[in-house]
Amino acid sequence: MADIIRDLKAFSSNPLKSSQPLGAAFAFMGVANAMPLFHGSQGCTSFALVLFVRHFKETIPLQTTAMDEVSTVLGGADHLEEAIVNLKNRTNPSLIGVCTTALVETRGEDFAGDLALIRERQKELLGETRIVLASTPDFSGSIEEGWGKAVKGMIETITGPQPLRRNPRRIAILPGWHLTVADIELIAEHAEMFGLEATILPDISGALDGTVPGKWIPTTYGGCQVSDIETLGECVHTIAIGEHMRGAAEALKAKAGVDYTLLPTLTGLKASDRFVTLLARISGAVVPAKLRRRRSQLCDAMLDGHFHFGGKQVAIAAEPDHLYMLASFFSEMGATTSLAIASTGDNPILASVPAETVRVGDLGDFEDMAGGADLLVTHAHGRQASERLGIPLMRVGFPIFDRLGTQHRKSVGYEGTRDLIFEVANIFQGARVEPTPDSLNPFRNRETHHDSRSSPEPRRH
Amino acid sequence: MSLQAKIADVFNEPGCDKNQGKDAKARKKGCSKPLTPGAAAGGCAFDGAKIVLQPITDVAHLIHAPLACEGNSWDNRGAGSSGSDLWRRSFTTDLTELDIVMGQGEKKLFKAIKTIKERFDPPSVFVYSTCVTALIGDDIDSVCRRAGERFGLPVIPVNAPGFVGSKNLGNKLAGEALLDHVIGTHEPDDVGPYDINILGEFNLAGEFWMVKPLLDKLGIRIRACIPGDARYLDVASAHRAKATMMVCSTALINLARKMEERWGIPYFEGSFYGISDTSDALRQIAALLVRQGADAELIDRTEALISEEEAIAWERIAAYRPRLDGKRVLLNTGGVKSWSVVAALQEVGIEIVGTSTKKSTDEDKERIKQLLKDEKHAFDAMAPRDLYKLLAENRADIMLSGGRTQFIALKAKMPWLDINQERNHPYAGYDGMVELIRQIDIAVHNPVFAAVREVAPWDEEGWVQDARVHTPLPNPPPQGGRESVVMAAAFSPPLRGRDREGGSEVLTSPVFQKFAASGAGDNDDC
Repeated sequence: MADIIRDLKAFSSNPLKSSQPLGAAFAFMGVANAMPLFHGSQGCTSFALVLFVRHFKETIPLQTTAMDEVSTVLGGADHLEEAIVNLKNRTNPSLIGVCTTALVETRGEDFAGDLALIRERQKELLGETRIVLASTPDFSGSIEEGWGKAVKGMIETITGPQPLRRNPRRIAILPGWHLTVADIELIAEHAEMFGLEATILPDISGALDGTVPGKWIPTTYGGCQVSDIETLGECVHTIAIGEHMRGAAEALKAKAGVDYTLLPTLTGLKASDRFVTLLARISGAVVPAKLRRRRSQLCDAMLDGHFHFGGKQVAIAAEPDHLYMLASFFSEMGATTSLAIASTGDNPILASVPAETVRVGDLGDFEDMAGGADLLVTHAHGRQASERLGIPLMRVGFPIFDRLGTQHRKSVGYEGTRDLIFEVANIFQGARVEPTPDSLNPFRNRETHHDSRSSPEPRRH
Repeated sequence: MSLQAKIADVFNEPGCDKNQGKDAKARKKGCSKPLTPGAAAGGCAFDGAKIVLQPITDVAHLIHAPLACEGNSWDNRGAGSSGSDLWRRSFTTDLTELDIVMGQGEKKLFKAIKTIKERFDPPSVFVYSTCVTALIGDDIDSVCRRAGERFGLPVIPVNAPGFVGSKNLGNKLAGEALLDHVIGTHEPDDVGPYDINILGEFNLAGEFWMVKPLLDKLGIRIRACIPGDARYLDVASAHRAKATMMVCSTALINLARKMEERWGIPYFEGSFYGISDTSDALRQIAALLVRQGADAELIDRTEALISEEEAIAWERIAAYRPRLDGKRVLLNTGGVKSWSVVAALQEVGIEIVGTSTKKSTDEDKERIKQLLKDEKHAFDAMAPRDLYKLLAENRADIMLSGGRTQFIALKAKMPWLDINQERNHPYAGYDGMVELIRQIDIAVHNPVFAAVREVAPWDEEGWVQDARVHTPLPNPPPQGGRESVVMAAAFSPPLRGRDREGGSEVLTSPVFQKFAASGAGDNDDC
């Protein structure tokens, strides 16, 4: 059990979080022909859009209700309606995902009520287009919460009630936001290998996998079909990945009685075993030879890689479920998470993070406390800390704007864990410092107190 | 002055060309066009204010807001710093729901300033208001004043909440903050006759460092370059310069004009993009300085430097002519850049197939008209769909634009070069223009574009369409019947029967002939 430390600070320096509406928009992008819409000032959208573009290197569908001074004072329902009408006319999306922002939430309007009226008034125009609300003020939560709320909102709004007969081969998979395109593809392959039809919601693998579509598409390119969300009640079981998907899994259970299993992570040998076992039990099929081979490959990678992980101190800063996934991985490989920083403090998974303490904080705290670590693990904004501390950085999560191919990195299942081991081991090998007579002299540092890199406690400045 | 009055004042800017062209009634209405919900793009006033001020390198920039305003946007611009990296650190009060409900914003802000002072001891803290903190009525002016008195450092309020308008308005409000609280607050002890200010130069990719040596060589000193690579004290003593050059004309026109009004510093609008523009800028700087009392020989020295540098640059550019002659460029940027780089492009024989006049003044448009033979090539703004169509139809060889339209070009398999704020290459001054031409050369000749434009040798369902990529099999499978088809399929994907008529050349390979003989129905089975 990790102790969770929440400092009351007056400010955040070098934020670790990205905003909650950004997380919700991200989830809506995993639905085919969707258009996320920020209800706020145009800057809210512009900032999120630019960040998405820098991360994915893709055109990103994201629009704004463009609240101005007048609507900020008088209320934004008109802007919301106008935006929905314009989006329907211009891009004809299957789904419009409304993500509220701090500006409109501070005003505190009844968005659900407004949307109900808009749906009614614009019934003819909207036709098949579904509108889903995610209440995501920037002043609370982070990507994780936003993503979870959007998925929950889609199920509550779109999914129908339990049908007369379930499809025994169909399952629902609700992945957390931190899984990449390649991870989603791998998960889909797993289900296929067991003869299962998986509906993955959201499915960013068809939408944000970096393709050249050959024509201009103003909405998302692909992803989970709205019609598949409607019929999710047919599924025989739900697999939710990450604690922040519990709400969505519960919603599907409440709506259509689909039982769920929540797997907090799919990374690592044990976690992958759990996932594969679950699929085998749902499908009643044997574990295919290909997977058994992959497991053996992973075992070998663990044996080869453990030399590089053992005794290492790793400093991680991430969203709660992602933090849990990473810290568990390092722990399984024999490394210690000497510093664990979470972006927000409400996710119950934090208590299970294999570290002495988990601090709710930002990259300013990270930089202050990561001295002495062998590896920094966080998103691309960790580059400043890495430069100043001289410790290598492994970029994970969002945003990663200064490296290519992040969406095609795998970290789930036997195969993903194997790749992750190699990636980390290679960073350690690349950062190896050759010994010098001074560095090995037994009398070094005797007077200055022990300050060598192998000290069990990270240096605190 | 209230924020409302300030905005009205900024909109009424007499220095602005566009404003001069309006009648009194139109001028009163201001410049902000109402945005269309669901079809708007671009940043807010806060974004604009931060863009202008953030490159001041040794200042702590503190954003008083919930997370998104700063958390989604920090450390995202490539301005260069020759000193402090404090500006790249991000500070935000990160207001929570509780802070907002309990009205603790001001208290939190005060504490944040205190902590920053203790931790980083910057020469100044800039505090930015945003939508939410303006909406709940936090009085950042008072907090800044009190904090400044208590902690003994200038704490500058920047009042530009996002909802008041566009990025451009935010640029101007940032200029007002500098005028009200920073410029003129420090008296330099080294005032000289060759001191100038440069306004609206952001030092992106460090490009101002390509220009500064030219000024150094002429003995001209930069009192303050705002904001690129600026230090707080440079800005605070900017009122002692003898002349001002304004680079990005729409951004800080109010600042330039009011500095002339208040401290008698004459200004001109110029650009370091393009060769003749760079020369022109140097000439105007020299002329203004001489008018302000500098020795007249400066003008001769400037002319000598210009002819020397121009000759070198043109010679270097001419070397690209054989490689770039006849290439077609689409300029989708707006403002000064819509024409300032055109001369250099035309020098190497590049044809301008279009240039955007978005954000351009009437003067900009006039210059575009002179440069382009066909007026039809100037367009106001193009919808992404139309832009995509133009590029996909191969009506250009490269697009030069900002990051926003990058992926429209790339998805249309069209070379693209960033000439806006996120660019990685410096394009200012004489060397910069050579660099731009070099980058265009690199981009248009990259072999990937030809490769990705080639269609795949199979169709959407995986049926082979193009025999050229297939070599005959070493051992042709036995003739006739279903089996042969299945075996052949193992060697090479089969050609669908109905597609045969179109491509006769695909039938030259023996494998395909056997398929043709075995019937379309069978093919569909495998």
